[in-house]
Amino acid sequence: MEEIKVLDNKKKMNTKPVSNHSGCEGCPSYREGNLKRLGINVPNFDFVVAVTGNPNVGKSTVFNALTGLRQHTGNWPGKTVTRAEGGFNFDNQNFKLVDLPGAYSLVSRSADEEIARNFILFGKPDVTLIVVDATRLERNLNLVLQILEITEQVVVCLNLVDEAERMGIKIDDRSLTRDLGVPVIPTSARYKKGLQELLGAISDVANRRYPIKAHNKSYRNGKLSKAVEKVGYQLVSDFPELENSEWLAERVLDEDEDIIEALKSGELLNHIQTEEDYSIYDAKKLREDGLKIPFRYEEPVSEIEKLAQSLKKDLIPNFHDELVENHFIEAGKIAHHCVTYPDKKKELYLDQFIDRIVTSRIWGFPLMFLMLAVVLWITIIGANYPSQGLAWVLLDQGHPFLKDLMTQIGMPWWLNGILIDGMYMATAWVISVMLPPMAIFFPLFTLLEDFGYLPRVAFNLDRLFKAAGSHGKQALTMSMGFGCNAAGIISTRIIDSPRERLIAIITNNFALCNGRWPTQILIAALFIGGLAPAYLAGLLSSAAVILVAVLGIFLTFVVSWALSKTILKGEASAFSLELPPYRPPRIWQTLYKSLIDRTIFVLWRAIIFALPAGALIWLVANLYIGESSLAEHMISFMNPFGILIGLNGVILLAYIVAIPANEIVIPTILMLTVMVTGATGMGEGAGVMFEMDSKDALMHLLQAGGWTLLTAVNLMIFSLIHNPCSTTIYTIYKETRSIKWTSISALLPLIMGFIVTFLIAQVWRMFV
Amino acid sequence: MPTLQELKPGKTARVIGLDDNCQGFERFRLLDLGVVPGTEITHALDNPLHEPLAYFIRGAVIALRKNQAAKILVEIKGD
Repeated sequence: MEEIKVLDNKKKMNTKPVSNHSGCEGCPSYREGNLKRLGINVPNFDFVVAVTGNPNVGKSTVFNALTGLRQHTGNWPGKTVTRAEGGFNFDNQNFKLVDLPGAYSLVSRSADEEIARNFILFGKPDVTLIVVDATRLERNLNLVLQILEITEQVVVCLNLVDEAERMGIKIDDRSLTRDLGVPVIPTSARYKKGLQELLGAISDVANRRYPIKAHNKSYRNGKLSKAVEKVGYQLVSDFPELENSEWLAERVLDEDEDIIEALKSGELLNHIQTEEDYSIYDAKKLREDGLKIPFRYEEPVSEIEKLAQSLKKDLIPNFHDELVENHFIEAGKIAHHCVTYPDKKKELYLDQFIDRIVTSRIWGFPLMFLMLAVVLWITIIGANYPSQGLAWVLLDQGHPFLKDLMTQIGMPWWLNGILIDGMYMATAWVISVMLPPMAIFFPLFTLLEDFGYLPRVAFNLDRLFKAAGSHGKQALTMSMGFGCNAAGIISTRIIDSPRERLIAIITNNFALCNGRWPTQILIAALFIGGLAPAYLAGLLSSAAVILVAVLGIFLTFVVSWALSKTILKGEASAFSLELPPYRPPRIWQTLYKSLIDRTIFVLWRAIIFALPAGALIWLVANLYIGESSLAEHMISFMNPFGILIGLNGVILLAYIVAIPANEIVIPTILMLTVMVTGATGMGEGAGVMFEMDSKDALMHLLQAGGWTLLTAVNLMIFSLIHNPCSTTIYTIYKETRSIKWTSISALLPLIMGFIVTFLIAQVWRMFV
Repeated sequence: MPTLQELKPGKTARVIGLDDNCQGFERFRLLDLGVVPGTEITHALDNPLHEPLAYFIRGAVIALRKNQAAKILVEIKGD
């Protein structure tokens, strides 16, 4: 295990670090001893290191390897959207690492790229660590050359050299070091190779021990160069302490609003390192809300803008193009000098071979559905046994034991009820039904992700999502939603356009999550299966459940389309989807990481919501107003509306109090049904959720509660189309930081659910 | 002038430039991906729904939608 040493003052920092026993000890090249991963505890840091690079170059993997943190990584462009921070101690100095979102460029004005650029510009890190993909060096060098125009304190991490080797690409890193004038360190962060050298280089550059001779070239032609000089001269005379005046002048000429704003506010003159995370879809608004600095230099900067406008008349209209082109020409020259490509791209053939199959006209779609079906099937079947085991321990044994124990120590019955019957029971229920399917689904999904199959799914389905006005990557966030909508919402980070990301967030709820499959399966087996002769019952009820799931996919498209025509109007913004090379999945890391990152993370949020809900469930069943319990009052109040939409008061109340997790809806319905029907010999008493083993007894109970085939059908529909669980709603808020979008995401499906069930009920009653 | 949209599978084209109606972020993103004059682009992968198509651009496989490919002016090689 790694030891995390918390250094709480400067004095302690001089103590010799305790040696660190991580898995790399066996490697002969491992110089043990001077690295301490600090996780997120980076007190009194000596240096700030910004980690940047193109999307999907293994930036997060490098960040994790250096800090010991486990930020989620996947074979996906665009994992990091907010800044993640961590640190390490090397040779008795503390380094704080800031992992920036992936960026292709510093001059393109996408929200992510602005976050990265602003940190390098305004944050003025001591070292900028640029992670580059050795297999796509030429394009990656474009970013390196751009950054070298702003800062010389750079270390280039030439990552994925193992992959490059496999493809037969040879890179002469010494030539590259000479050409760029900054240290270039070949690494394979996935396999923890080259990290010691990387640390050494970071430390050398931070301590200014490395003789940097940064590649310095002007990418501007004569006229632009003159214009830049003039604007730059004006900038320096107005702001003598300004750094990078020529680069900024070029940005002003290119009408870069963000830079002009920063000049006006004076942000560029100060050394600002805010601790704020920038919300992805509203970076600008957040800055206005939280970090707004008044425009102190409105006047001089407006004058400079006017100067720039007048100078622009002499320039060619798309001089931006020429700048990028010149960067690429330079990048091409350097690559030509340092890279040897293989005569025959043999590895590429394997990638292409797999690609031809998984995206073929004949096999593409069937393979996709097969893959999804197999994952869901393994999840549902495989989760049964551990779920039963957990339920036996936590519910059948744990609950009576705890209840007796509390009675014995003399706890009053009502407190015992709230704590054990309510809070414990709800939480235990959530754990036993939620943990096993997630612990199976997420690793399977993560394996497909790690291998690189998922971007191909997005590729195959993009045409459909384009028609709905959204992004192909939504195919993935939707699939993730089949596991858990909260995790699905988090996964929308891979969509870089704010508009398309919001569409994916709002519609994720239509992917039938793990928590709802059991409800569907149970109700279908009881009511739908019963319609057919016994030998067809299983088939018919399965078909009904699949139909509901397919309806969910259909609604995803319809609602996405409707949103993109109304409140989220807009054309698809600059679509681009990179198909990364296939990478052999790392089974154990995947299992471990998906368990920590996704399963435990989501489960923890669910538990936090289940605790108060459990208390609430018990209280409504046990608080009396007059003759009846609060629950009974609420049920009779809501019953007319429930009946109107083909459901009943019990179901509506269950959906209100069981909002933390869809998993506890059915047990709550049963408990409430026993209460209102006054059925004897069933259940565990008021406020105690339970499930039944006997299907006949269950059917009998529900029929006594007034259930018909319509109730069952509408419950299945309502289970698909209703508000997301509170865990998901909270996650939506965390991701969007907007009450408006959170409310829309919660209320839109609820209202739709009411309308659809109402219509079904009316039509049903007309004909049946 | 032909556009990237007209490129047949497996064929390669050389970029001449971007259409003037491709502006703003869309233009910047294409440039950043290396779609600049002189870049060679190969049609790498068809799609079961015929859109988007994947192209081999400066070492990376990148999917582009039809309306984007139509804005990339090219000279098709080996016709």
